[in-house]
Amino acid sequence: MMKFLKLKPSVGLLSIPYSLIFIFFFFIPLILTFIISFWDYNEYSIIPDFIFENYSYIFKDCLNFKKDMCVTFKTYLSTFIFCFITWFFTLIIGFFVAYFLAFYVNSITWQIVLFLLCTIPFWTSNVIRMISWIPLLGRNGLVNDFLLSTGLVDAPQEWLLYSGFSIVLAFVHLYTLFMIVPIFNSMMRIDKSIIEAAYDNGANGLQILWNVIIPLCKPGIVIGSIFVITVVMGDFITIGIMGGQQIPSIGKIIYVEMSYLQLPAAAANAVILLALTLLIIWIMTKMIDIRKEL
Amino acid sequence: MLNKKNKTYYVCVFFFCLFVLFLYGPTFTIVLLSFQGPDGGLTFPLNGVSTYWFEELWRGGSVVDIGSAFKRSIILGVIVMVLTVLLSVSAGLAFRKKFWGSDTLFFATVASLIVPSIVLSLGVALQFRLLDDFTKWLGSTFDINYINEFFQTTLGMFTSGLGAQLTWTLPFGLLIMFAVFNRFDKSYEEAARDLGASPWKTFKEVVFPLIAPSIIGIALFGFTLSYDELARSSQVMGAGNTLPLELKGLTTTVTTPVIYALGTVTTFVSFSVIGISIACYIWLKRKKG
Repeated sequence: MMKFLKLKPSVGLLSIPYSLIFIFFFFIPLILTFIISFWDYNEYSIIPDFIFENYSYIFKDCLNFKKDMCVTFKTYLSTFIFCFITWFFTLIIGFFVAYFLAFYVNSITWQIVLFLLCTIPFWTSNVIRMISWIPLLGRNGLVNDFLLSTGLVDAPQEWLLYSGFSIVLAFVHLYTLFMIVPIFNSMMRIDKSIIEAAYDNGANGLQILWNVIIPLCKPGIVIGSIFVITVVMGDFITIGIMGGQQIPSIGKIIYVEMSYLQLPAAAANAVILLALTLLIIWIMTKMIDIRKEL
Repeated sequence: MLNKKNKTYYVCVFFFCLFVLFLYGPTFTIVLLSFQGPDGGLTFPLNGVSTYWFEELWRGGSVVDIGSAFKRSIILGVIVMVLTVLLSVSAGLAFRKKFWGSDTLFFATVASLIVPSIVLSLGVALQFRLLDDFTKWLGSTFDINYINEFFQTTLGMFTSGLGAQLTWTLPFGLLIMFAVFNRFDKSYEEAARDLGASPWKTFKEVVFPLIAPSIIGIALFGFTLSYDELARSSQVMGAGNTLPLELKGLTTTVTTPVIYALGTVTTFVSFSVIGISIACYIWLKRKKG
């Protein structure tokens, strides 16, 4: 066997094209972003330098506690709130969808069919899926029509669209799949005999769910949570479209600064966003080993 | 046991149906509304049924050049698909054994899925901007006529755009390969080797047919994720926009059902691709069995 291994050390070389893409389009861009966050700039160009103004500008007024909260903290807070609410709903919905698929659908074929049914929208356009809420939630949309005709309200509800509500709704709509897949994966690995053993020992359905299934699904829950939280943290498109371009987000700050060609400022914001994201992931991955879960 | 058809079972079924309705309902409404009559607006009721808005879309009235954006998206999608399959399958083969840097590469793969897309898009844009500056500097310093006269930018759909999208599609491809090889029965391969097949022949005759259905899955991810990709592409496409980028622009400017017609068309493309992929997958599975 050892001899065989020595004969073909070349298999690892097959990873070179893949590695090159990641070196050139992942590592170098991120390193450059970090470097350029210390550069200076004017209206036309970016100027090599080593200054901290890009960072200090972000937190300007933030340490003055007598005034209102600074814009940066407000934006972060708002993004964190979106993260938390979206995380909560995607987790609840994703868990129960996965639970249904894993434990209540008995035939493998049906499992695959229903699983695909949940996955297919992921392969279609996000923008279309966002604007498809307009005919439902708009001023003259179906929901308002319904509410008006039943007399539940006497004027069209404005908070349904271009609001925090529609943003969360779109996030849940787009990203619940990120919870379903890893949790379903974890559930399918649970040895059914463990559940039977719990049942035989007199545990009821709720106890089995809480004491057996949920602990065994922890890796799936963590992976799904990482996906959902990071995607919401950096979002600027969903918040832009569903918030009617009125609600701020961290991603949007970067986007706007880029459109004004304030690239080093955008880079500084990107570094902070990345650091925060990594911190969250680091805390969460302390709990599991991702590689075992594939 | 759990699979008994008790009350909880029906609650779960009901819940699942609601979820599916939530997933597909909105898309269904815009498909319906895209067949709005010429006087119809963005919401219900339907003022007659027509294909007026599709004709309008086809004529390009009031909308930017959708035809060429569509073509660009398809071409880029196909290129991303081919590269995703080739690179992730070969990397997947490499990952079956530990190699120098394999841990770092795995880390990069997972990190790439998690890094906020806007950060990556910014990074790639910065990189190509520096590359532009460098090229121009080369041109002026060494008096290279070609650069001084014709060079504009290295940023473009098939350079920075392609690369940025690959950082999104390749991780899915590699993770699928991991899932495949974790469940892969090595004995077939060993048998082939024992019978004297070369590594290439073993791959071609034994491994490839076994993983072919999963490769369809990778291709599906490669194409659809590229075709709909928006966040990573947003800063790096250069002069020509892809369809999702145009669509995003249209959400703030277009106030007629023409945007629904466009939505219907691109959803139709996505569904066709998904349908074809699933059909191929089933066909390959059957053939194998």
